Amino acid sequence: MTAARDVVKLFRVLILLIVYCIFNSRGETMGIFSFKGGIHPPHAKKYTEHKAVELAVEPTTVAIPLRQHIGAPCDALVQKGDYVKVGQKIGEPASFVSAAIHSSVSGTVKELKVMDTLGGKDLCVVIESDGLNAVDESIKPYPPLESLEAKEVMDIIKGAGIVGMGGAGFPTHVKLSPPKEKTIDYVILNGAECEPFLTADHRLMLETPEKVVLGLRALMKVLGVPKGYIGIEDNKTDAIDSIKKAAASYPEIEIASLKTKYPQGAEKQLIFAVTGREVPSGGLPMDAGAVVNNVATAAAIAEALTTGMPLIDRICTITGSCIKEPKNLRIKVGTMLTEIVEQCGGFSETPGKIVLGGPMMGIATSTLSIPSTKTTSGILTFNEADSKTPDPSACIKCGKCVTICPSYLEPVYISAYALLDQFDMAEKYAALDCIECGSCSFICPSKRPLLQSIRLAKREILARRRKA
Amino acid sequence: MEQQYRVSSSPHFRSNESVSGIMRDVVIALLPATAAGIYFFGFNALITVLLSVGAAVATEFFVQRYMRKVPTTIGDFSAVVTGLLLALNLPASVPWFIPVVGSIFAIAIVKQAFGGLGFNFMNPALAARAFLMASWPTDMTTWAVPRAADGVTGPTALGILKEALPDQLPSVMNALIGNIGGCIGETSALLLILGGLYLVWRGVIDIRIPAVYIATTFVLLFIFNGFNFQIAFLHVLIGGLMLGAFFMATDYSSTPVNFRGQMIFAVGAGLLTALIRQFGGYPEGVSYSILLMNVATPLIEKYSKSRVFGGGKK
Repeated sequence: MTAARDVVKLFRVLILLIVYCIFNSRGETMGIFSFKGGIHPPHAKKYTEHKAVELAVEPTTVAIPLRQHIGAPCDALVQKGDYVKVGQKIGEPASFVSAAIHSSVSGTVKELKVMDTLGGKDLCVVIESDGLNAVDESIKPYPPLESLEAKEVMDIIKGAGIVGMGGAGFPTHVKLSPPKEKTIDYVILNGAECEPFLTADHRLMLETPEKVVLGLRALMKVLGVPKGYIGIEDNKTDAIDSIKKAAASYPEIEIASLKTKYPQGAEKQLIFAVTGREVPSGGLPMDAGAVVNNVATAAAIAEALTTGMPLIDRICTITGSCIKEPKNLRIKVGTMLTEIVEQCGGFSETPGKIVLGGPMMGIATSTLSIPSTKTTSGILTFNEADSKTPDPSACIKCGKCVTICPSYLEPVYISAYALLDQFDMAEKYAALDCIECGSCSFICPSKRPLLQSIRLAKREILARRRKA
Repeated sequence: MEQQYRVSSSPHFRSNESVSGIMRDVVIALLPATAAGIYFFGFNALITVLLSVGAAVATEFFVQRYMRKVPTTIGDFSAVVTGLLLALNLPASVPWFIPVVGSIFAIAIVKQAFGGLGFNFMNPALAARAFLMASWPTDMTTWAVPRAADGVTGPTALGILKEALPDQLPSVMNALIGNIGGCIGETSALLLILGGLYLVWRGVIDIRIPAVYIATTFVLLFIFNGFNFQIAFLHVLIGGLMLGAFFMATDYSSTPVNFRGQMIFAVGAGLLTALIRQFGGYPEGVSYSILLMNVATPLIEKYSKSRVFGGGKK
């Protein structure tokens, strides 16, 4: 029986191996700074991550849309023939959930006309620049943050037209006005930049960390919150170091080195990664006592505080397989995208698809003849082969979408019910909890349009609720 | 006309995973065990494997092309997997028509009649095995002796266990490398584990399913047999447990999609396997236990949904 004993030994090794695999099969050790689920798409950031931000060539004409986020458009404050200066307010918010719009150049208003924008068609103020960049008289530095009241900081943010620069462009002052009964414990800055390709936030944190830190302190002051976090994915070690250095003298600010995983920068996942709190289903970050802002938003706030200049430009990553010279450019709001692409050497081949934002959640545009906005974080080009939507085949119920869903949903069934027009069933499977990160569509081996059909279900469910 | 670009719903980025890639990995994972089966049981085993795979692919093509009139999907390797799994679940000495009829049943009735890949509610290979067991019980339980001349038959190790003939039991070493009687594919536990670990490494299966299945079976048989470690250990190594646990309890379409459901499935299959092997009429219980859990899958899924993020503890 000695052979049997050897075999038992061998089997013990095998069991150990299996136990090891069990705990590592999904590679998820639930540390503090991560979430459950998620995917690992190729980073594809190498084209631009080591390229310093360049100032874009001064546009000769800008077309500034009066609507740059969901909600009511601004009312125009200028007319054809008016002379405007840099930083002058040209759009007045028509409601509370709206942000002011300012001129990014000095020059003459040529016309107000409805133009193609990313969101459809919107009224734009077309300004012919005189090239002088004369700054509006109202623009002057504010006193240091320490000597300002919370209310004053709030007015500065509101007056500077600051919006969430991560993508949706939601007006920041709205986020900073939670109802009285909600206590906010944390302000979290989102520097995850988990979208592949994009490096705008990375470069911002690396090159101007002090702005990010000042912006965070301003946000903490407005909300009266003692604790601030800056969450950065751990594939950007240089940005983490740079921010850590800038925040060294502020013990109330903590840098959270996040596990590199998509969608680490999704608001609810970020809050969970940093604080361990879950935003209740159907709720807002404030329901978990947190307010999340993008690092670029914080930098824009810092800019407004130190120079008085409202939000008139932003950093944008221009990259992808069809761009001759991928770049990180600081571009003025209202610059035509065609001009921006020209500054990057133009196309090396005709792209099949152009996406504004990241590849996972960005929006495809049919034309480049549209102006940039406060939320143009990236211009991605895909060649013809990469832009084709793959043909879906039958679902094999592999369950990969269930395993990776960061909202713990079962995308396979929501999608199946949506495609059968059974929207009440899709609702039962919690379709409305979908954050539309696109991880399910990414991972699906059958290339099924999972997110697309879940979006359809969400729209239908909400439309029915409105009717009822 | 100005250049117009493609528009589509996000995401604009897809992984390289594909159905054919997954199925190809399963075939690769099964090859070592198949080779061992052919080595131990000879030419007849090879013929059985080829007939089974060939009939499965041909049936898939025929049904899709001429009966359902849908695009054929034989390129996704799923019919190859079904045919191969069926062959591995057959004794090497079966007459030629058994793998052919079995494959036709598996593909035409169990798979295509219910809508094809992803819609079968049972594992096609196991359902076909059950069908063959009911139709040709003698052929299906005549076991060739490994490395012997054609026509020499003997009992399987599980049969010996069932009859409680301790002096005829194979050594643990022989059970591990596969030098024992049984179906073509269930001889070598070691090579099946190797194939299974390949699938784990490739991300095709979650190792927790086979691990929990095997562990449940082991613990229960350990208890049922008066804490006899050797018997319980042999139970794990012989018969179809390794093949079933790594390659069939992890089948996609006939098992739950969520982790909790998969664990319930694995424990249930382990429980049924131990009960059938110990107290049932058959020496082997793996295929029936998996089939029973297959039909329970919709029910399991209904009650094993995970809580939604932010939905509170459930």
